[in-house]
Amino acid sequence: MWRRYGDAVTLSEPGTAPAAPATRGQRPSGRSGRLRSRGDRSVEILVALLIALVILRSPIAAAVDHPMVQTWTTIFVAIMVQALPFLVGGVAVAAAIAVYVPPSFWRKALPRHPVLAVPVASCSGAVMPGCECGSVPIAGSLVRRGVSQAAALAFLLAAPAINPIVLVSTAVAFPNNPEMVLGRGLASMAVALVIGWLWIRLGRTDLLRLPHRPELDDTSRHRAFWQALRHDVVLAGGFLVVGAAVAATINVLVPQQWVQAVAEHPWLAVLVLAALAVLLSICSEADAFVAASLTQFSLTARLVFLVVGPVVDLKLIAMQAGVFGRRFAATFAPITLVTAVGMALLFGWLLL
Amino acid sequence: MNRLAQGVVMLLFGGAVLRASLTDMYLRYVKESLQPFLIGASALLIAAGVMTLWYELRRGDGSAAEPHDHGGGHREPRVAWLLLAPVLGLLLVAPPALGSYSAGTAGTALSGEQRRVDFPPLPQVSLVELPVLDYATRAIWDDGRSLAGQRVRLTGFLTTDGSEQYLARLVLSCCAADARPIKVGMTGQAPTGLADDTWVAVIGTYVDTTGVDPINEATIPYIDVESWQTVPAPSRPYE
Repeated sequence: MWRRYGDAVTLSEPGTAPAAPATRGQRPSGRSGRLRSRGDRSVEILVALLIALVILRSPIAAAVDHPMVQTWTTIFVAIMVQALPFLVGGVAVAAAIAVYVPPSFWRKALPRHPVLAVPVASCSGAVMPGCECGSVPIAGSLVRRGVSQAAALAFLLAAPAINPIVLVSTAVAFPNNPEMVLGRGLASMAVALVIGWLWIRLGRTDLLRLPHRPELDDTSRHRAFWQALRHDVVLAGGFLVVGAAVAATINVLVPQQWVQAVAEHPWLAVLVLAALAVLLSICSEADAFVAASLTQFSLTARLVFLVVGPVVDLKLIAMQAGVFGRRFAATFAPITLVTAVGMALLFGWLLL
Repeated sequence: MNRLAQGVVMLLFGGAVLRASLTDMYLRYVKESLQPFLIGASALLIAAGVMTLWYELRRGDGSAAEPHDHGGGHREPRVAWLLLAPVLGLLLVAPPALGSYSAGTAGTALSGEQRRVDFPPLPQVSLVELPVLDYATRAIWDDGRSLAGQRVRLTGFLTTDGSEQYLARLVLSCCAADARPIKVGMTGQAPTGLADDTWVAVIGTYVDTTGVDPINEATIPYIDVESWQTVPAPSRPYE
């Protein structure tokens, strides 16, 4: 057990095993010169960068004066600002779960058998409002707390899609089609259940890599909370930047006439909306309204958009790769995409 | 990016968002209703930044090492550098609200709006200030019945679609990323000689002329303009 790992002196040669258990209380002051290795220049680089940008402020402002660039930047900033409360809130809850909730709670709350834990976890996803930014860190902390991977993944899939805020927004967006709300809720739940049970069946627990979280072993729980918060916010936030940038790029460059031409072919419409859902990475509270505006498309195609969006999109893939590892994301995303499209088509056929 | 730098970036990001949410700047990007959550989230982010700096500086000027093992162990994330992008976006670029560029590249989204069935009568005064969306829905979905004989005032920005200049307003569902335009055509004493993105207030009455948006073939209602004047851009640019 690495106790007080955070205080340990770590040798920074690559390829060596993680450091030996802490040299408690021993702080080799004479080695401080060697400890300022390459990673430590971050603050200097940051400061230099900021100073340079402040000095170059006017030329930069002139360069971004083009309306397309400004529109891009507005959309990019808007997505980041809109997502921020959900991101920070979700990460705070995740950090709190990770630090303050004793592991025994999870073992008691969820059925021991993973097959039973999956549906319970899926339903508990319904009480977690906020978009997908929050569910990835929370799922990570659940796994860390001993919840079976399958149940945590079921939660990860269900939480953004079937929470009350999303369902209400869907109801408001489709007032003449309440079956869209039902379809979305049922299809998303089905996706969570199928993937959860499938994960058990696959038995590949090695696919999910959890980075070692030294700050969580800290004896000071409050410090551990802040450390976890910091780490998750910058990690998830960094990936969110990628997703927001891509979404802004697509938003500015895709002409609407193309969309219309595609909508007239039913299968192409479904595929294109599924792809659009993956690419646009819109917050699950908002995608209902965007779907409602795609009036050229059939309700079934739009249901696909609504079911796919919260469970697999560029933003999520990037976050999952960051939190769970690239191998995981490469396996998880395609399986989820196919399942989501399938469930949406199934419930679309049944209800719409 | 080491922990100290992460703390600084969180402080900057939180500070930038806090500043935007305490002034009217945030309204360029998101809705009013998000303000308390923005303030809360940015305050939490600032607190996290402060706590990070506190813990890092208390360790003694970075003399305690940070984990640097690359063998599948824990390393401070490099994607954290990307967080500088929104920080710079907010502090350096501070992009304006969406305007005629977005409105001109998207079709009018009236058909995507929740269809109204109730059109309460307008107050019986000589001039009624109406949101552009309200006017457009009454004109198209109620065939202008509730607008008959009523002088209305619409405020919006000018945007050119094809060859014609329209009065437009962007409607948000969530944030500026999903903004869609509502366009209203103008007959009568329509403004001339004004550039796109100019904010105007037009006073006029309903006319049953309709147009077709060349981008998505949707219907565009018209207003018969009696008079107009330029106005400063409102603090709440979206409807």
